Amino acid sequence: MIRFLVKRTGQALVVLLLVSAIVFLLLHQLPGGPARAILGPTATPEAIAHFNHLQGYDRPLPVQYGMFLKRLVAGDLGESYKLNQPVFTLLAERLPKTLLLTALSVALAALLAIPLGIVQAVRRGRASDYVLTGAAFLAYATPVFFLGLVLILVFSQQWPLFPAEAPQADSVGGILKEPGGLVLPVVTMALGIIAMFSRYMRSAVLDNLGEDYVRTARSKGQSQARVMARHVLRNALIPLASLLGLYLPTLFSGALVVESMFNYPGMGLLFWNAAQSNDFPVLLGVTLVVGVATVLGSLLTDIAYAVLDPRIRSVS
Amino acid sequence: MTAEAAPVSGEGPVGSGALEEAGALGKGPGAAGGSGAGGESGATPSLARRTLAVFTRNRLALLGAGVLAALLAFCFLGPFFYHTDQVHTDLDQASLAPGSHGHPLGTTDVGYDMLGRLMHGGQTSLEVGLAAGLLATLFGTVYGAVAGYFGGWVDAVLMRITDAALAIPALFLLVVVAAIVTPSKPVLILIIASVAWLSPARLIRGEALSLRSRDYVHAMRLMGGGGGRAVFRHILPNAVGTVIVNATFQIADAILYVAYLSFLGLSIPPPAADWGSMLSSGITYTQVGYWWLIFPPGLAIVLVVAAFNFIGDGLRDAFDVRLQKN
Repeated sequence: MIRFLVKRTGQALVVLLLVSAIVFLLLHQLPGGPARAILGPTATPEAIAHFNHLQGYDRPLPVQYGMFLKRLVAGDLGESYKLNQPVFTLLAERLPKTLLLTALSVALAALLAIPLGIVQAVRRGRASDYVLTGAAFLAYATPVFFLGLVLILVFSQQWPLFPAEAPQADSVGGILKEPGGLVLPVVTMALGIIAMFSRYMRSAVLDNLGEDYVRTARSKGQSQARVMARHVLRNALIPLASLLGLYLPTLFSGALVVESMFNYPGMGLLFWNAAQSNDFPVLLGVTLVVGVATVLGSLLTDIAYAVLDPRIRSVS
Repeated sequence: MTAEAAPVSGEGPVGSGALEEAGALGKGPGAAGGSGAGGESGATPSLARRTLAVFTRNRLALLGAGVLAALLAFCFLGPFFYHTDQVHTDLDQASLAPGSHGHPLGTTDVGYDMLGRLMHGGQTSLEVGLAAGLLATLFGTVYGAVAGYFGGWVDAVLMRITDAALAIPALFLLVVVAAIVTPSKPVLILIIASVAWLSPARLIRGEALSLRSRDYVHAMRLMGGGGGRAVFRHILPNAVGTVIVNATFQIADAILYVAYLSFLGLSIPPPAADWGSMLSSGITYTQVGYWWLIFPPGLAIVLVVAAFNFIGDGLRDAFDVRLQKN
């Protein structure tokens, strides 16, 4: 177990280092470098050279990467060109809101997808299974923003039930005080996750129904409900929870689109606005945070798996 | 799902990356009767014929192929029969509702005919999606085959690089890259392919890992064949089913990426258009309820992406491929 932990954590550290290297290299692909982006198109070559010298941008790349890492470890992600605030502060302010949106969507999705998947598995091959399967495939093929637009057209324009703009409060608590504004963003984000979860549940339940321990439980005379709850669901739900760790990147991408669509003041909107205004420190800061979260997510997933299932430890 | 499979996660735009996995877990309805049939037919017919036989028995896959053919014809042949001006704006004719004289699907906010624009935009979406998906598959396949065949430190180095790139959600990477360079059609293809090659790379690497220990590869090595010959003559031809199936999913994903990039405002500037940019220019008008700016391009994207996914699902059964992500 210890060996597995050390090995897997070491791998994650290497990947983290590479993520930072990718972000660093992207920073260096800026047309004219960061100086041009900060000082503007009218800056003289002398001013740019001076700026580059002050910032250390005239040093060799490996030295610069070292400096970049040093600042990174100290929590210094640079300063936004447009908002004149440290990127770290901006992220600390926005990240909780994105996590709130994501958590609500995932919760709603799980609530609906788990029963849907069970229904499909139990009624496999019947009409309801086909209909739900078809719906899941269509949901996969639907871009999140198209879905969001349709929801806005129907539930905000046709029948004005919910606002088309998310709450604009500064804090997570403030956002929760306007639950109406959360409905459309959360539902938009949840639908894609439902498609994914329900497909997973369907096959996990199907796999488990064919297992020996289910047959044993049945032959002992246990009721269908008890077999489902004690044997099938328990074994199907644990991997579902860990699936979350693996789908973090997908969730972040979803949040990016949903936030920019409903003007939800989270990290995704921050990123989108930064993309519109070429605010590179923000773009790269967000990219880095998302990358780190993803690596940690998959690390934790693996560790959770290893704790729950001894077979994995021995394989790796 | 082993620990090794863990870093494979972020590929595909929002939601769609899950499809390969879901498809492998539960087959589409039509597939149920089709799979396995090819193997029971007595004499061994050629791979191509057996594949075709299983594929054509999968109704959803056939439907997908039909829808795709129809959409291709609509976008690329349609403009020969239905002439519209998709370059000059015409503000006198702006924002007409569907059914207006000469404009069956109405007009856009700057007066482009919506039906003609749908063809015009579809060309971009399909061209970029197909080219990017194929390019990504090609590069990822060779990369993965090399990593898997050579193993050892080559594999470790190559795979840690893909792990790191996969850790950053593709959409974020795409937006950063698209902000640095100005997109045009070829640039867009390169940008999307530069992110999308990661998942085929991992997939083919797994395939190569198992193929390289086959007897015929050993035999060839003993006869003095080199690594290049092993990769290109033995590993890749044997992985062809996996490659083709993956390519269809890659194309579906690439078409979605084009749409997402356009939606985020990072696409080829007007008067060029694609389905994603058509959708995003319709957003401004949701407040006044111009639904015809939104539904046609949106449904077109859903149709083409679903079609490719159904085709991929059918091909998977036909080639009898299990898309294990390992």
